[in-house]
This record gives sequence, C-alpha cells and structure tokens, in this order.
Amino acid sequence: MSQIETFYEVMRSQGITRRSFMKYCSLTAAALGLGPAFVPKIAHAMETKPRTPVIWVHGLECTCCSESFIRSAHPLAKDVVLSMISLDYDDTLMAAAGHQAEAALQDTIDKYKGNYILAVEGNPPLNEDGMYCIVGGKPFVDQLKHAAEHAKAIISWGACASYGCVQAAKPNPTRATPVHKVITDKPIIKVPGCPPIAEVMTGVITYMLTFDRLPELDRQGRPAMFYSQRIHDKCYRRPHFDAGQFVEAWDDENARKGYCLYKMGCKGPTTYNACSTVRWNEGVSFPIQSGHGCIGCSEDGFWDQGSFYNRVTDLTQFGVEANADKIGMAAAGVVGGGIALHAAVSALKSAQKKTQSSKEEV
Amino acid sequence: MEQKTVPPRDPEADPLSTSRLTGDATDQDIESIRRRTSVFVYEWPVRLWHWINAALIMILIGTGWLIASPLPSMNFAEATFQFVMGYNRFIHFAAGQLLTVAFAARVYWALVGNHHSKQLFYVPVWKKSWWKEVVHELRWYAFLEDVPKKYVGHNPLAQVAMFFFMTVGITFMLLTGWALYAEGAGQGSLPDLAMGWLIAWVQNTQVLHSLHHLGMWFIIIFMMIHIYAAIREDIMSRQSMVSTMISGHRTFKDDLPD
Repeated sequence: MSQIETFYEVMRSQGITRRSFMKYCSLTAAALGLGPAFVPKIAHAMETKPRTPVIWVHGLECTCCSESFIRSAHPLAKDVVLSMISLDYDDTLMAAAGHQAEAALQDTIDKYKGNYILAVEGNPPLNEDGMYCIVGGKPFVDQLKHAAEHAKAIISWGACASYGCVQAAKPNPTRATPVHKVITDKPIIKVPGCPPIAEVMTGVITYMLTFDRLPELDRQGRPAMFYSQRIHDKCYRRPHFDAGQFVEAWDDENARKGYCLYKMGCKGPTTYNACSTVRWNEGVSFPIQSGHGCIGCSEDGFWDQGSFYNRVTDLTQFGVEANADKIGMAAAGVVGGGIALHAAVSALKSAQKKTQSSKEEV
Repeated sequence: MEQKTVPPRDPEADPLSTSRLTGDATDQDIESIRRRTSVFVYEWPVRLWHWINAALIMILIGTGWLIASPLPSMNFAEATFQFVMGYNRFIHFAAGQLLTVAFAARVYWALVGNHHSKQLFYVPVWKKSWWKEVVHELRWYAFLEDVPKKYVGHNPLAQVAMFFFMTVGITFMLLTGWALYAEGAGQGSLPDLAMGWLIAWVQNTQVLHSLHHLGMWFIIIFMMIHIYAAIREDIMSRQSMVSTMISGHRTFKDDLPD
C-alpha cells in the first residue's frame, strides 16, 4: 500500500463498469436525499479522492451490524465500502488474525493519524476495569480509547455503540457504556438500530467520504436524513391508525387485513428510523409489513421500556408489571377510599355536634 | 292628582325586616344575614379560567385515555373516510393548545389581577404565620379542631394543593404534551424548536408517553380531592366555596372575629 487508491480505482479493479459506477452514484445521491446535480459531484469525489481509511472495532456486540452491513442492497456499495475497510482493520471480516491483525490496526493508526474514521460496533463494559470484553489480550475499552485518540471522527454503529442495547439493559452488570460516554473529545455520529439498516450504514459512510464531513445530525447525534422522522410518520399502515382500525389479536381478521399494530404494542410512534421508507433486504419488507409491531430497537434503552407488546408500558421503577394505568388507578383508589372515609367521619362528627348543641339548647 | 309617596319609615322598624328581599325571612334568618359578610375575591378572568380549565381537563383526560387505549377497532367506512383516531387526537391537541393559551392568560392575570389571583403560583413557605395555619388546617382535616378558620382566599392546604397539582402539574403536562406533539409536527417545526430539547433529554419518547400518562392520573387525583374538599368546605366551613367560583364573592356564615 504505497499509495492510497481512489474509490473509483478500487471499483474498476473489482470489475465494475463505468456505467454501473454512474448508476451507483445516482442511487447514492437519491438515497442521501440529494438532487441530480450532486451525481457528478459524487462521481468526481469517488474518482479523485483517496479512500478514507476506516478502522472497524468490535466491543460487546452480536455482529448483527456487520451482518446487516454486508447485505447492503446495492451490491456496489457493499463491494466498495467493504473492500475499503477490510483492507485496514475489521477483526470480523479481515483475513488476518491474531498478532498480524493487531499489527495492522497499529499500522493504520500510525499511517493515517488524524485522517481515519473509527467505526465502533458494540460498546465497552467498564466494570472490573473493562475485563468483560477482551480484544487482543487487552480490555476493549483500551483498544477503543487507543484507536479513538487519532481518529478524525467516530461512527457508533447500532444500538450497542449508540445507547448500550441489551448488555446495558437494567441492571447492566458489566456497566456496558455507549461510546459517546467513553470518548468525549471526538465528533461522534450515532447510527442506532439493532441492527441499523444496511443502506443507512453505507449511506452514512458514502456521505462522509463524498463530502468529507459529517452529515447533518439531529439533537441526539443521529444523521438527520435517516433518523429525523418516526416509523409511525411514514408507516404504510398509518391510515388505519387514523381511522381507528387496529389489530386486536395476532390471529384476528384485522391482522389479516393489515390494520395498525398500535394496540399490539407497536413502538413506531416513538421510534426514529428509516425502516418504513428504506425498508430491509433490498426494500422487500420491514417488521410492520410482515405483521409484527416495531420494537423500537433504534431508541435509547428500548429493552427497559417494558413489554414490546403493550402501548402503556410497564414502569420498572414501580415493581414488576405496573404500568401508568395500574399505578394511577391504585393511587386513585386509595385517595377515593380515603375521601369516602373522611366524608363519613365528617358527617358523623357534624351529626354529633348538632345533637350536642340541640341538647344544650333544651 | 294623588301624589305617590313613599310610606314614612317607621324609625323603630328594623330595616332588614322591612326589606322586600327578606320578605319571607324569619327572625332567625334576619339575624343571620346581619352577621354575614362578603368579600369580592375572584375577578372574572380567574373564574372564567377555572371553568374553562376544568372543561378542557375533562376533555383532555377523555381523549388522552383513548389515545393510549383506543376504542375497539371499527369498520364503518373506508379507512380514508373513517377518521376516528384522527378526530380524537385532533380534539386532544386542540384542547391542549387551548389549555396552553388559557394557562398563559392566567399567568398574565396573576401579574395584573388582584392579590388573590396570585395565590395559585406560590407557596409562602417563608411565612411563620402560614405554617401555623397549615398545622391548624391539618388538625381541622384530622378532626382535631372543632371550629375551622375563615379564609378569604385559599386555605394554606388548598394553596399547597393548587400549587403542586395545578401550577406544577399543568406546567408538567404542557411541557411533556408539547414535546410529544413536536414529534408529529416534525423536526424544525415550531413545537420542536420550543420543546425538542425535552425529547433529546429523555432520549426515548416512550418515557415521555409514560410520564404524560402518569401526569393524567396526578390530575385525576387532584380533581377527586379538590371536588371533595370544595363540597365539604362549602357545607362545614364558615365561608362559601362553590358559589365563590361562580360569583367571585366569598360570603361568611358568621361575623365572629376569629
């Protein structure tokens, strides 16, 4: 690797025609919500810019982000981006292993100081000095800090890196901690989801490579182009929600008709993601389309929000299986009983007082 | 022509007993009227706000309940023309927006209105005399006092309840409600610019839904206590309660100094 190749060179060397390359550029522009005028811009960037090295590290995670990523609908995106990062470091996908792999990591860090993007899949557990996740003989938190030190920017892949996901669910025994709470001095872009949509992942990387900057982020640090609206806002079953047509049981007639899954606990109304627009597996389907409500996997702490199958969810702070209605009704019941009792005593007291005063008058 | 003259007043007669208003009054009634006094407490904006607020809260509870637990699925028209959930949510949002305007107007009136219009917005914890009255009021509700005190405005316990349930409670519901509304209005919209920070703060808006829902129960519990206490005080205390929120006048049942 004497000289860094451009994306275009990599693509051509993989046997991709110029025609397909241009197609990829226009599709990417569309995916990023850019006008046709940006197609030549993307093509130009791809042709001339040296590839930005990406280091992809893995902490506590299940590799579903990687699994999603390599299934990016547009095969070119997969080929390009994957060949690019596997060259540098991704312990799951790279050919090298053991000391060789760790050497490749160090090599990339030294060579591209301040210029590489660090992609983090999973998160570091901080309890017991990080011993719950060991990579290359060292706690993952050390590798993360080391790799982050000279990174240009960090991508937090998936719910783990962005929010903590299942390993950070209460009571979080290993103190699994999202990346932005460990690395505080670098620009971090969160791409939550369990896993994130493949096209969203490649879209984010392509944007960063093309424009050499982070995409516009929302308040929570997520790329606004994919996470600014709720599943609910773009759900194709939304008309049934507005009409008051709901699935009442998994196997009822309404489920067959494809009514709204709100009553089955769909978290679409509180989940920001692109599932209802981009969908999954080359736009084939997404959870709601296949008849199951959204579980809100791209939201912070979605494991701790009670059942996936209730709208009024359990509040674990109040013990097992107590939701806002149960707590409210119990409290209202106690207060109501108190009022009734108080009213009864008040009536007795005043009756007693009346008899006393009438006796006094006599 | 016969001149119409007012019959000469009997200097000995009690003016109350000859008044037309008290024509059917017994001697005891007249004696009672003599001892009653009245103070104008609640100006019209305060009274109007009270009843608008009460009506809106009832609407918000009803529609809010149906948002969390919608009516059984129905199918009487094509989905396009059957806007059941849509109308329900519209009513909830519209009532919430009216509640916001009404509350803002009420805050404004606390600034320009009379002394009693301010009572809702603070708890005078720094006043020793206020604490003494809190203790007295607690004893009265615990049946340890035979005779209640007279109050022109809220009694200290009522003031605490008003402050926490209404001022704090409504503010809480407005903040969480507008944040939830901002979700639908979309990023960059006015509600989002105003309340989006709350979404970012709680991160997962399912939490906001739960908090907003608990807030409803908080206000339901207040309603129960409020209505019970108002009726009980109207019967057992030494002043008017319910009618005061209609006429604005607080009337007292006796003129005893204490």
